[in-house]
Amino acid sequence: MSTAEPSDKIALTGGSRRDRMRRMGDQVFSGLALGSGVLILVALSGVALFLLIQGWPALTADPSQIPGGDGFVNYVAPLAFGTILSSAIAVLVGIPMAIAVSLFIVFYAPKRIAQTLGAFVDLLAAIPSIVYGLWGVAVLGPAMVGLQGWLEGHLGFLPFFKGPVTTTGRTMFTAGLVLGVMILPIVSAVTREVFSQTPRKLIEGALALGATRWEMIRMTVLPFGRSAIVGASMLGLGRALGETMAVALILSISGDVTFNLISAGNPSTIAANIALKFPESSGLAVDVLIASGLALFAITLVVNMAARSVIARAERGAR
Amino acid sequence: MPETELGQQIATGTAVATPDPSSRGGRTTHLRVKGLNVHYGDFHAVADINMDIAPNAVTALIGSSGCGKSTFLRSLNRMHELIPGARTEGLVELDGQDIYAPDVDPVLVRRKIGMVFQSPNPFPTMSIYDNVAAGIKLNGSRISRSELDGVVEWALKGASLWDEVKDRLKGPGAGLSGGQQQRLCIARAIAVQPEVILMDEPASALDPIATQAIEDLLLELKKDYTIVIVTHNMQQAARASDYTAFFNVGPDGPPGRLIEFDTTQKIFGAPSNEQTAAYVTGRFG
Ligand SMILES: Nc1ncnc2c1ncn2[C@@H]1O[C@H](COP(=O)(O)OP(=O)(O)OP(=O)(O)O)[C@@H](O)[C@H]1O
Ligand SMILES: [Mg+2]
Repeated sequence: MSTAEPSDKIALTGGSRRDRMRRMGDQVFSGLALGSGVLILVALSGVALFLLIQGWPALTADPSQIPGGDGFVNYVAPLAFGTILSSAIAVLVGIPMAIAVSLFIVFYAPKRIAQTLGAFVDLLAAIPSIVYGLWGVAVLGPAMVGLQGWLEGHLGFLPFFKGPVTTTGRTMFTAGLVLGVMILPIVSAVTREVFSQTPRKLIEGALALGATRWEMIRMTVLPFGRSAIVGASMLGLGRALGETMAVALILSISGDVTFNLISAGNPSTIAANIALKFPESSGLAVDVLIASGLALFAITLVVNMAARSVIARAERGAR
Repeated sequence: MPETELGQQIATGTAVATPDPSSRGGRTTHLRVKGLNVHYGDFHAVADINMDIAPNAVTALIGSSGCGKSTFLRSLNRMHELIPGARTEGLVELDGQDIYAPDVDPVLVRRKIGMVFQSPNPFPTMSIYDNVAAGIKLNGSRISRSELDGVVEWALKGASLWDEVKDRLKGPGAGLSGGQQQRLCIARAIAVQPEVILMDEPASALDPIATQAIEDLLLELKKDYTIVIVTHNMQQAARASDYTAFFNVGPDGPPGRLIEFDTTQKIFGAPSNEQTAAYVTGRFG
């Protein structure tokens, strides 16, 4: 014990100036990270506060003064219904499509095709939503009339396809499809990334058991990417809920609350309604629109929180 | 080509062992490899392998790191071709059938020739039971619940794991120890009742006791299966295998070649090749 010179002692105190500088870098960075986190919270609550304050008159006004004369809740409910319905179609169409595209790119396509296809899918995100709207009105809508007629003929017993089919194609069905295409790039980008990170030893384990490629995907890739699929779907759903111009252009709006997806009478969505009504509104009508924005904000928040708890539960189940 | 001593040996077939013809209804060869060359793109990894692998025996592959043991092993059940650019030439026959013939489905080859990997890879989202059942439920096979229970129990017993897990079959496979996970992977492999089981250093991540358990298991398994195992552990090869194949790269580097293949007794007792002797006595590699 006593043979050790003091200079052999391991230095736990002191340290050079450079060491201390490095530690300062740590502190600066953690400060920046904290700052950005706080900023996000401030921005979020700022938006909520703005919506609440500006929309307050509408929430407290006499029901007869609200457009429709039936109070705010009755005003916003059909819009919320339309918002959720169109987004639900978008999710139902867009997410399986996005997952299929991702699986194809990661596991099936030859490398060159995979890269090109990936780039094209990413490009879909760069198209302005007004262009999607125009495409929906001018191309997809008319093209979908035939399919919608077929749906009415063969699946007309379902409330969704009761008809009568409109010949303009400007239906909830078309709007949902366009929204589905619009959310495809973001969902596909996330799932593609995660699928490609499936551990190689799991993939090989499945294949060595004599799994086909599709069986391998079901055994390893999809379970591995499950929480990412949910997360990506929420991102897509968020985009679909808030999408404005495409829906405003495509839907022929009557304000009906109906599950009938292929006829001329459709509910509007909150975002589209704001965009269409805002220019011609003043006074309390503006407050009503802002309050409807608050409702949209709340819907998005609830959906996100629900998704988070779904993910958390799925992850706990996986462990 | 056969300028070197080594080349001559391979060309004249002196390196090929003659296995005991008593098992498998008198057949002496279960897996036959003829003139096998294995490539990664432009890289020639393994050259000119000729080997007759005996049924119901453990064949050990030894050799220094990078000589192509894993590459060779993975070419025996067409796992090699999953790597982009990878290809093989030559013949690999299972019971006389070329597994690389154009009309052969690699999926079916892998069902007949199973594989256990170096690091245990149970499916993390599946229970112990589901891990073992995973292979059985593949390829659209319909099997009743009670039948499945039976096979799972049989496979877990076959992998000497049943007693340790029988009370927590619904528990996660990833919750087992490393050695248990590896035996779970062996159970998963035998559950589909393959003909051959390939193992790539299956005990290299395990402690001596778990390793011993795997070695004991090999002696059990070879009653029903043909086993090819890669190992860096000389004692393990000497103890647990019936035949040993020594691989090495030439003096100018890859490709790796089969230097000597004979009964384990011969390879470790009286090897006929100097390189083999040097390797098994630990003088290099
Ligand atoms: N995916 C790959 N792409 C290209 N070359 C590879 C690949 N995998 C292995 N190789 C090369 O092939 C040769 C043989 O490798 P292999 O993994 O078969 O050796 P090994 O005998 O199993 O070694 P070890 O004992 O270290 O596991 C090596 O030169 C290696 O670098
Ligand atoms: Mg190896």
